[in-house]
Amino acid sequence: MNNMISLILITIGIIFNLLGCIGIIRLPDTYNRLQAATKAVTLGCCSILLGVVFHFGLSDAGTKALVAIPLLFFGSTVAAHALIRGTYHFGIKLGGKSVKDDYKDVVK
Amino acid sequence: MKRNNGERAKGRRYVAVFILSVIFWLLLTFDFTVPNLIVGAIASIITSLAFTRFFVKNVYKLLQPKRYFWFIVYLVVFIWECLKANLDVAYRVLHPAMPIRPGIVKVKTSLKSDLAKMLLANSITMTPGTITVDIIDDYLYIHWIYIKSEDPEVYTGIITGAFEKYIKRIIE
Repeated sequence: MNNMISLILITIGIIFNLLGCIGIIRLPDTYNRLQAATKAVTLGCCSILLGVVFHFGLSDAGTKALVAIPLLFFGSTVAAHALIRGTYHFGIKLGGKSVKDDYKDVVK
Repeated sequence: MKRNNGERAKGRRYVAVFILSVIFWLLLTFDFTVPNLIVGAIASIITSLAFTRFFVKNVYKLLQPKRYFWFIVYLVVFIWECLKANLDVAYRVLHPAMPIRPGIVKVKTSLKSDLAKMLLANSITMTPGTITVDIIDDYLYIHWIYIKSEDPEVYTGIITGAFEKYIKRIIE
């Protein structure tokens, strides 16, 4: 039963990672690519780690995987935020499809 | 006398950060031998000295069970929102015409403490389709992959509505 759950979770994780990679290739500009690169992939990795937890149970490997989830979570959100803010301050324009930009009033 | 109280509260915050770091270290290494405990204690002392100033002001908030209850409710809501938005972004990525309307919107938040704002910004970033670009005072600047509405009140509700009330109950 546990093996079944872990298999399903790891499969879901790999599918989300794949979608993230397709997103990086298909989306038009840096900002949208960051969306795909940082998030679909993080959810995918969290899902895979949860699968590992179910596979090993709460032994040492399982506990480490469980602790790695919040670590990955906070690490990747802060990284995404820093990257996108850095991109904007570096002077890269929003892509041609963009409809709105409230942030340009703040950045001189 | 008052100053003495302030210093004691500060000391409690250091102790709380130290204890949490030790627990985290033990879970991460999963090794309960003496040398490992000593290394963990040294690392935790450094962590508490460096990062206590970012920790919650009132340590007793950590001991109130109802905050943990709301945290669990929040976690369920968050995972649900996250999955929904992830499927939404997956649809946009796979659709041949790629229906996206990206842009940066400005959203007002009613949360006051830095920790609460941080948690809100992290939740928004982690929900696919939105990334927090910057926080300036009470305003969050958010890059959104598909702007559903031009009306500030409507999109504020869509972005922060699900999380804000829970975060308020957890932290404030």
